[in-house]
Amino acid sequence: MKLSRGEKLFDWINILVLTIVTLFFLVPFLSVVSTSLVSGREYALRGLFILYPHRPVLNSYDMLLGQGSIVINAYFVTTARVIVGTALGLIFTFPLAYVLSKRRLYARVPITMFIFFTMLFHGGLIPNFVLIEKLGLLDSFWSMILPNLINPWWLLIMRNFMLAIPEELEEAAIMDGASPLVVLVRVYLPLSMPVIATIGLWYAVMHWNYWFDAAIYINDPKKLPLQLILRGILEYGTGQYSDYSGLAEMTELTDPPPAESLKAAMIVITTLPILMIYPFIQRYFVKGIMLGSIKG
Amino acid sequence: MQQPLGEQIRVRVDQDAPVFREKRGFREAWRQIKRDRFLYALAALPLLYFVIFRYLPMVGLIIAFQDYDPFLGIGAIFSMDNFVGVKHFRNFFDSIFFWNIVRNTVVISFYKLLFGFPLPIILALLINEVRVTLFQRTVQTISYLPHFFSMVVAAGIVRAMLTPQGGLLNQAIVAFGGEAQAFLTDPALFRSILVTMDVWQQAGWNSIIFLAAMATINPEMYEAAAMDGANRFQRMWYVTLPSISFAIVIILIFRIGGMLDAGFEQILLLYSPSVYSVSDIIDTYVYRAGLIGRQYSFGAAVGLFKSVLALILMYMANKVAHYLGQEGLW
Repeated sequence: MKLSRGEKLFDWINILVLTIVTLFFLVPFLSVVSTSLVSGREYALRGLFILYPHRPVLNSYDMLLGQGSIVINAYFVTTARVIVGTALGLIFTFPLAYVLSKRRLYARVPITMFIFFTMLFHGGLIPNFVLIEKLGLLDSFWSMILPNLINPWWLLIMRNFMLAIPEELEEAAIMDGASPLVVLVRVYLPLSMPVIATIGLWYAVMHWNYWFDAAIYINDPKKLPLQLILRGILEYGTGQYSDYSGLAEMTELTDPPPAESLKAAMIVITTLPILMIYPFIQRYFVKGIMLGSIKG
Repeated sequence: MQQPLGEQIRVRVDQDAPVFREKRGFREAWRQIKRDRFLYALAALPLLYFVIFRYLPMVGLIIAFQDYDPFLGIGAIFSMDNFVGVKHFRNFFDSIFFWNIVRNTVVISFYKLLFGFPLPIILALLINEVRVTLFQRTVQTISYLPHFFSMVVAAGIVRAMLTPQGGLLNQAIVAFGGEAQAFLTDPALFRSILVTMDVWQQAGWNSIIFLAAMATINPEMYEAAAMDGANRFQRMWYVTLPSISFAIVIILIFRIGGMLDAGFEQILLLYSPSVYSVSDIIDTYVYRAGLIGRQYSFGAAVGLFKSVLALILMYMANKVAHYLGQEGLW
């Protein structure tokens, strides 16, 4: 089809507008990346540049990631949180989703309602805090894991996916003498891998990014996840962590980075793993939006 | 055509409830439960999670009607000794904060809706019109990116943009001969910052659902429209938009239903006493007065006020969705 002049003009204007929009989404992060590479010397000369440093240096990263630094420690905490949180999340979510996908199950709708209601009504901040306190989980790693074991929304998406698996498969397996456990592990688990991978990734990203629970439940700096160290540095600078050797060496650097570069570097450090698997994340998340739609 | 997308937007609870229900006696029920004992055993532990971490806090809301003392044991929560009725609610409604935080909550939500709702639709329309697939993909990929930043990172990026110590925006202002602004402490600008950040972080992501709806439009409709001499704008207006109108309506309804969530984490990470007057919302107030100020009962009361209101709003949103012939959340 030959495009008219008006059509072509439309296309060009559209591309122009979308390019500007894309820059709006991208530039803030890019400018943070470049800020993180500014040295103290360059800062003294130029102020914080607009788009790129003339002589990029890694001083800020060196300082934040020095031996025994609290940032390294927090990386381990967050990694542990992601691994344990995702594994337990799936271990709790998958069986329940499986059970709820059985149409024959007695009281299936009331049980589903019981879960669904928690999406509409919450106890709220204070009762949750009191609960964690009474359970003795304050300042515990588990205060970040246990309250987030199952996301009811994702649970129902997983269930919807499994509703689409034909019941005849189960009947056939039982005919062949399979026990209920074998049916679950040998028949449903492999068939559910796409939804398990997707929701596993959602749990992982959620655990990597979430911070508020740790903000109220955890005091010990050694137990804080990465997001909270970032928050501390953004709001109060690095001084508060100066007890931790990696950050104390700041004064010994010949060319200490400006505070803004340190903050920027910390943002990059916190986001890097997300960026590295971003193509992956993006595909699974977008696909996931459609997953819940499969009807039984 | 309406069916598939309706399916995508919400997860129905009873989507396959049996059409007819056989009357089940107690014996029959017991027989079925015994037959499926493996399934119930499997569900037990996950359901226990819901009991402990989702329902116990709801039970804990009774401290809103007490003078709860955190140093007393659990028994104190269930004794009548500390019962004070609706004292905390009355205090809240009478306090000078009440109208301010309710107003801030609604106003901030409203502005986020006003900009954050139509912009993803417009973005989706523009992306949908792109004919170069590579460019289209690139725009989409980049526009989703901020959605995956944690709130702390996103707030950090906003702070970095806005800081008077060489933030990008202030450098631009200075370069054009203006004066550097302390954006984050200026009550006149603070809400605009919240809204802009919200758009930056979510607009790309929120456009996905509309793009998905557009993908289901029959291409013949465009051909027919073109045949009748409709130009690109007219095709957008008369074909694309009406075809996704059901998605627009249902998402709008549920965003209104969730109006009391004005962005707790975002505000908590960006605000400061100098902008409390325009940014203190119900959630931040519960956090400060209830948790930090250790007025647990009062905080629980304010939280309960919000939860109940939010439940009513959602219920109404669902009713409206049904009324419009859409399948709601339940």
